[in-house]
Amino acid sequence: MTDVAVRPATVDRHRIAGWLQDYGVYAAVGVLLLFNVAFTDNFLTTGNLRTQLVQVAPIVIVALGMALVIGTEGVDLSVGSVMALAAAVLPLYLGYGLVPALIGALVAGVAVGALNGTLVAVVGLQPIVATLALFVGGRGLALVLADGQLKQIRNPALLSIGGDDVLGVPVVVLIAAVLAVAVGFVVRRTTFGRQLVAVGGNRSASELAGLPVRRILLGVYILAGTFAALAGILATARLTASDPSAIGNLMELAAITAVVVGGTPLSGGRVRVLGTVAGALLMQLVRATLIKHDLPDSAAQIAQAVIILVAVYVARERRSR
Amino acid sequence: MTNSTMDAPVTVPEVARTEGSNRTEQAAALVQRHGALAVLIMAAVAAATAFPSFGTVDNASNIAIQCSFLAIVALGMTFVIISGGIDLSVGSVFALGGVLAAWASRYGFLAALLVPLVVCGAIGALNGILIAKARMPAFIVTLASLLGARGLLLAITDEGSQTFLVPRGSAFAELGQGTAFGVGYPVFVALAAFALGGLVLQRTRLGQSVYAVGGSEDAASLMGLPVDRIKITVYLMSGLLAGLAGALNAARLSSGVTILGVGMELDAIAAVVIGGTLLIGGAGTVSGTLCGVLLLGVIQNVINQIGSLDSSYQSVVSGAFLVVVVVAQTYLSRVQRLQWRR
Repeated sequence: MTDVAVRPATVDRHRIAGWLQDYGVYAAVGVLLLFNVAFTDNFLTTGNLRTQLVQVAPIVIVALGMALVIGTEGVDLSVGSVMALAAAVLPLYLGYGLVPALIGALVAGVAVGALNGTLVAVVGLQPIVATLALFVGGRGLALVLADGQLKQIRNPALLSIGGDDVLGVPVVVLIAAVLAVAVGFVVRRTTFGRQLVAVGGNRSASELAGLPVRRILLGVYILAGTFAALAGILATARLTASDPSAIGNLMELAAITAVVVGGTPLSGGRVRVLGTVAGALLMQLVRATLIKHDLPDSAAQIAQAVIILVAVYVARERRSR
Repeated sequence: MTNSTMDAPVTVPEVARTEGSNRTEQAAALVQRHGALAVLIMAAVAAATAFPSFGTVDNASNIAIQCSFLAIVALGMTFVIISGGIDLSVGSVFALGGVLAAWASRYGFLAALLVPLVVCGAIGALNGILIAKARMPAFIVTLASLLGARGLLLAITDEGSQTFLVPRGSAFAELGQGTAFGVGYPVFVALAAFALGGLVLQRTRLGQSVYAVGGSEDAASLMGLPVDRIKITVYLMSGLLAGLAGALNAARLSSGVTILGVGMELDAIAAVVIGGTLLIGGAGTVSGTLCGVLLLGVIQNVINQIGSLDSSYQSVVSGAFLVVVVVAQTYLSRVQRLQWRR
């Protein structure tokens, strides 16, 4: 084949890959939605849509924080443990009222995030190692705090956060949506957002340009920890019980998957907020679709694995241009 | 390939030490290399003094057998991390290997070992090919195979509801449960694997090439090393070893337990890091990894000895320990003027 004949083909391939990377996740969500509307019984019922959205909301919240961390070329493995920690702290302070309990749980998330951020930004550890320590220790700490027990939640105000609607939309879903908009605003329209993308793109250049790199990294990990704690609170409220051994299990993988499938590169320098939301929705829809069509859980897991690989392969095509 | 390509790859610490190889730097290198062993000895001595039941032969062989499976997995992880990669799939592959071994044990001893090795090796090789040839990040590829291997396991076991049993009294069950000199066979397998692994890493072209690829992939490739092949080999080894560990564990438990291995990848990484291997690649030893695994085992054992303490303290202590070790390592690397990031 001559050079002339090859060129247009490769350009086309890159263009398709680029398009897929930018819009592929939305297209996939759309296709799956259409498929379900056409072929799945009882898909378009409020009950089902509600269940799907309520299930995906905590993943979206954690994934938003994760997207910011990955945007700085980091990763936060501790988010699942932070959810457990927040769930364990809640019942300790519920005796003093809802607000102190919420503050206590959020402070736990801030503290873990601050520790992660310090290890990454000040000590200079690799993010995987720094957050691995709290992944290991965080859940243990949560179990110690809770005496290894599941605690029933009876506080009506907290339960209403997990179960109530506002204007027909579950509170949990509303919170996730508001946070998504807020994070999108922060990334696009604030100095902090632009700076964190810059740090992820090139840390040494950002340092030379005079950006407060350490403070930015610290802030990003604190945000990720806080979001995870919030997700832990919401999961507890929905379960009507604080169960630190189960809450947030494998959440770090779900969140990283949502971010990566959403088109945020692991190499940092780019944060796709809407893509992250769509990524979480896509994984949820895949699982729901397979289960509703009587395919086993094993098929869902293998499908998820394939989707992750395809998403990263597409991202790779783009980079090699 | 000439002899010069064999001599060319040098480990990172040696490069870094050319400039002013003073005593502080040498001391730091010494601590980094043997710190895990020193801490292990101190922890064991302290535990033996505090708990009379710790220092018994029974307890020691107990710790050894409990550590042997993680040790085999961590050995493969050591190779992967020294080459500058990471393998998150080992926990799932470990569980898959166990289930396959238990399923195949009805066809005899050889099948029970070969089936898990072939399948798990194939998963490892697939990881390696995607990482080396398709240039996808190791973190994501192995994350996907973590999910994929677990899905495969569920598919084989009828969604985890079926547990295959190893025939009682078969040679394969004996491999997991039998003892020699009061120590279980898996311990000897682990020790043999480590001896072989250490030999390969320090004394063969492949081992030195793994250091070179981890130190600088570009430099290794410019020197004419077959970088892709080396990377595929380390992921293949990691898959094989995880499958072997799973098979041995199934033999010991007499069944292919489906829920094993969740989070094992992170334990293995923790052991490797505690053992002084740098996550950036290019430096590390298998003996350090062995110390790291044993240290985690001793911590677990001591917390069990205390008895009154909840077992969840174990992960708190392990996590805290990991932070201390890694911070100390970073400091030591700085003293030796190793570049930690970029």
